[in-house]
Amino acid sequence: MIVTCIVLGLMVLAGLWTVMTRSLVRSAIGLALTSVILTVLMFLLGATMAAVFELSVCAGLITVVFISTISMTKALTHEALLQKTRDRLKRYWYLPALLLVGGAVLAFVLAPLPPGGALPAPATVDFAALKQMIWKERQTDILGQITIIFAGVTGVIVLFKERKGEKE
Amino acid sequence: MTEAFEVFKTYWIFVVLLALSGVYCVVATRNLIRVLIGMELMTKAATLIIVVGGWVSGRMVLAQALVINLIVVEVVVIAVAAGLVVSLFRKNGSLDTRELKNLKG
Repeated sequence: MIVTCIVLGLMVLAGLWTVMTRSLVRSAIGLALTSVILTVLMFLLGATMAAVFELSVCAGLITVVFISTISMTKALTHEALLQKTRDRLKRYWYLPALLLVGGAVLAFVLAPLPPGGALPAPATVDFAALKQMIWKERQTDILGQITIIFAGVTGVIVLFKERKGEKE
Repeated sequence: MTEAFEVFKTYWIFVVLLALSGVYCVVATRNLIRVLIGMELMTKAATLIIVVGGWVSGRMVLAQALVINLIVVEVVVIAVAAGLVVSLFRKNGSLDTRELKNLKG
């Protein structure tokens, strides 16, 4: 449990750094770091398949999408960046305090709650059961996934397409 | 049984803190890319609480199936939102939300 708490704390710290860091690229890297730590937690809980998805897709693909988007947009000048940093400090210094107070309040509220709930899942990884669940019992989800991927691909093609005469 | 609930409570506190960071990022920022990053942080919190819920209820297989769904939807949403951000940047030359006044009546 101590290890879990340390990893959870690291995840929140990575999230905090993602929000508070000045550079957008560092922010994207912080998000990838949060994803990696989340993957570790998922492994600890026994959700290995979902953890592999999280690591490859969220820590990998989404970071690539963010870095590409950042590189397609214009960087600020040095003066504008300094001004922005001063503005950011004013707006973001509340966040660490808010997290500390929020964590303390939650711990205080949740501590006296009576124990309840079910037993934890067995630690063994049952790939056959997962396959059965995804392809047989949750077929509608697969249909939804296919629809959303189709919609997403169409959206990306339309949005990234350059119109005639638009390119200089 | 008691131990499982204690674990859930611990996870719950950190999940709320992570989601709070995401909400703060979305509310406080004026950069469109940071809005997406804040949304991602909130999704990470949702992912973790689904896995923990599966662990506590003993239905980890269902939780994993849901998380895989969530990840697919997350990627598509981020890809399309990134396309929107790039389009807006091409149109307005800025990512500042205060300068997006084209649709203002």
